[in-house]
Amino acid sequence: MRVALFITCVNDTLFPDTGKAVVSLLRRLGCDVDFPQAQTCCGQMHVNTGYRAEGVRLARHFAEVFDGYDAVVAPSGSCAAMVREQYPRLGVQAPPVHDLSEFLVDVLEVEDVGAYFPHRVTYHPTCHSLRGLHLGDRPTRLLRHVRGLELVPLEGADECCGFGGTFAIKNPAISAAMCSDKVRNVLDTGAEVLCAADNSCLMHIGGTLRRQKTGVRVMHLAEILDAR
Amino acid sequence: MSVFIGMPGDFPANSAKAVQNSQLRFNLRKATHTIRGKRATVVGELPDWAELRAAGKAIKDHTLRHLDRYLVQLEEAVQRAGGQVHWARDAAEANRIVTDLVRQTGETEVVKVKSMATQEIGLNEHLAEHGITAYETDLAELIVQLGDDFPSHILVPAIHRNRSEIREIFLAKMGDAPADLTDEPAALAEAARLHLRERFLRSKVAISGANFMIAETGTCVVLESEGNGRMCLTLPETLISVVGIEKLLPTWRDLEVFLQLLPRSSTGERMNPYTSTWTGSTEGQTFHLVLLDNGRTNVLADEVGRQALRCIRCSACLNVCPVYERAGGHAYGSVYPGPIGAILTPQLRGLGSDLDASLPYASTLCGACFEVCPVAIDIPEVLVDLRAKVAHPRAERAGMRVAGWVLAKEVRLAKAQRLASRFRKLVPKRLPGPLSAWTDTRDLPDIPKESFREWWARNERA
Amino acid sequence: MSARKEILDKVRKAVEGAPEVEIPRDYRTTIPHDDLVAHFAERVDDYRAIVHVLPSAEVPALVAKVTEGRRMIVPEGVTLAVAQVVPEDELLTADGVLTGCAVAIAETGTIVLDAGPDQGRRALTLVPDYHLCVVRADQIVSGVPEAVARLDPSRPLTWISGPSATSDIELNRVEGVHGPRTLEVIVST
Repeated sequence: MRVALFITCVNDTLFPDTGKAVVSLLRRLGCDVDFPQAQTCCGQMHVNTGYRAEGVRLARHFAEVFDGYDAVVAPSGSCAAMVREQYPRLGVQAPPVHDLSEFLVDVLEVEDVGAYFPHRVTYHPTCHSLRGLHLGDRPTRLLRHVRGLELVPLEGADECCGFGGTFAIKNPAISAAMCSDKVRNVLDTGAEVLCAADNSCLMHIGGTLRRQKTGVRVMHLAEILDAR
Repeated sequence: MSVFIGMPGDFPANSAKAVQNSQLRFNLRKATHTIRGKRATVVGELPDWAELRAAGKAIKDHTLRHLDRYLVQLEEAVQRAGGQVHWARDAAEANRIVTDLVRQTGETEVVKVKSMATQEIGLNEHLAEHGITAYETDLAELIVQLGDDFPSHILVPAIHRNRSEIREIFLAKMGDAPADLTDEPAALAEAARLHLRERFLRSKVAISGANFMIAETGTCVVLESEGNGRMCLTLPETLISVVGIEKLLPTWRDLEVFLQLLPRSSTGERMNPYTSTWTGSTEGQTFHLVLLDNGRTNVLADEVGRQALRCIRCSACLNVCPVYERAGGHAYGSVYPGPIGAILTPQLRGLGSDLDASLPYASTLCGACFEVCPVAIDIPEVLVDLRAKVAHPRAERAGMRVAGWVLAKEVRLAKAQRLASRFRKLVPKRLPGPLSAWTDTRDLPDIPKESFREWWARNERA
Repeated sequence: MSARKEILDKVRKAVEGAPEVEIPRDYRTTIPHDDLVAHFAERVDDYRAIVHVLPSAEVPALVAKVTEGRRMIVPEGVTLAVAQVVPEDELLTADGVLTGCAVAIAETGTIVLDAGPDQGRRALTLVPDYHLCVVRADQIVSGVPEAVARLDPSRPLTWISGPSATSDIELNRVEGVHGPRTLEVIVST
């Protein structure tokens, strides 16, 4: 299957390892992965902050770049939800975008990707994956098949971490308060690794975990699924 | 709509102050989590919740589509049943109408059933200016009124107060509170019962709102728990109901949907203790219905924003909102706090003030509010739509324009990424300007040596 | 221009060209249940109201027993007897009230009064601290839609689900604020 990788601007710039993991994982599962190099950004930041005209320009560019692919895979529930939910409202034709776990479970129909990751992991489902894409238990089903991995439940998992894009900058006090509650719940699990399907949420929670010198690492789902 | 006095700031400033109040945070967390659990249980009991929700949404949309027709039908039905109907374009007009109606009775005291609409127009304050004292009779509203405070929740206006604070308010402000009053909720409720009983029996005029009005029959509906509503609706000689024009339902039958949706979403009960319905003048009572616009027709004109008028004021969105839970209701600076307030207030009042312009940003767009809304108001959608209408700060506008320019072409993005990589060791631990909001509590991620696209280009070429 | 005309004009202008909306009514309008009486009784009990279920022949004796020592208001349409009846104008000092009802709802444990002859005006079931309501089994419907269909909107209705209550203090439920603190329901089968 010929699959286009939509890396997302955040992953492209700050978290290339997530992209490398997706490529490696999908190739291992027999996909022909392409990275359309003209891609930039889905426009979510602009649209959600109130800069619709700029956002729509980026969305149109996105739609052109990914036109014609059987499937577009994104290691971000939030950006995938942006394309699927908001593009129609903006009058932009949405390419068939899948979040990574959706693509693995629904399209490739695999739950055991042959990964090995001998660590105690807790999973934060992220709002847009949960309520935008309705990913349900797909990510945790994938994690449960990872050999050596102990998945521990996260209290208040469905609650937002407080990132919210520019919310973190515009409402820093509430954002930090939400994150500190999330961090407390993460620490209560005793997990070594906090996993999610969105690096922006992980950047926020991980930044706080690091500032507090907790020793808990954050990892994108793709990187755990690619671990051997 | 009156802006709460003492709340001159914007949402970020108000909420930053509120979030430091650990007692408030504790009270709110406990209350919202309790009610959220109760709601989930009773909603889970109904296998046809999704169908009820779809019907509720459609009934409201249909009503709004033909609001003119249904308002006229309602008016005729109320008049036929011996009631009088008044129309108010705005708060000032509604206040004037109600004040005149009270004056005509010769009374200087009125009892009130909790009503969002009369809070929205600042009716109590207006009556007070004209020598009429309004007594709130809902327990939480009484707590708020005695404490010289503002409501902070749609359903539980005193949610920000705990029992010991309430006891102190009663002892200080309620003349007939027993000296040995404890902070047991039952004892506090009993004190309120005794305090209000005589007032109910004495009052000749009552003011209420309504949860629903039925166009077909002219019936008004009030849902409540304590019986203070029944007291006000039943005992006084004159009843004045101030109701927003969006509270209409076309037919009597439509109540079969909303009497299932509202209690379960609101108090988390299968049914609230008391629901009263009355049509026109009942049991010899004089009945006035004041239909209130006050910005609603402006909201109706907005194709995306008009869905906010479906709201049945259940407050389920407040109880699941992580922002509300930490900011509290006062930070929203209006009688409508929480997610619904963040979309309703700026539409009713306009986006002119700093406070109102900040409300559409008082959300992470996490979507929990939409998920629980019994009439499926897509609050995140309306928030995003409102954000596009707000005047943005100049620095932000400049930043977004640059970001938009960089992201418009991959070569620009690649160049920016290479630049970032080259200077990656020089990024300070604390960022300057508005971006310091990030680094105050969070570390920045390390900037990688090469971007993904560079890695791809290098590998694919090889 | 009158406020009425101005508001209606603004409404018309606002919704001009807006799409028509179909109302889907795919929800349940009846809720089949094996034992409506038991279901109703269980749901009433959930509100911490007192509930009895017994054959109609035994109802008079139970009514006499539970109203013993209470000065009761009894609307004229009630055929059951109590020991101490007080006239309606002694509403403020009466201990309780005995009524029938118009409809009862099993799903929600609700009784609905419509001010009929066996219920009287609304204040009767509001001011006294004790409300005893006798429900005939054939008055119980399964859910809210059937109740709405049976009721006459031109009459003043009072839907009662358990005793008066408040949750205004820390979301703790407290029974009995302004309405009757005790609700007792007898289901006559």
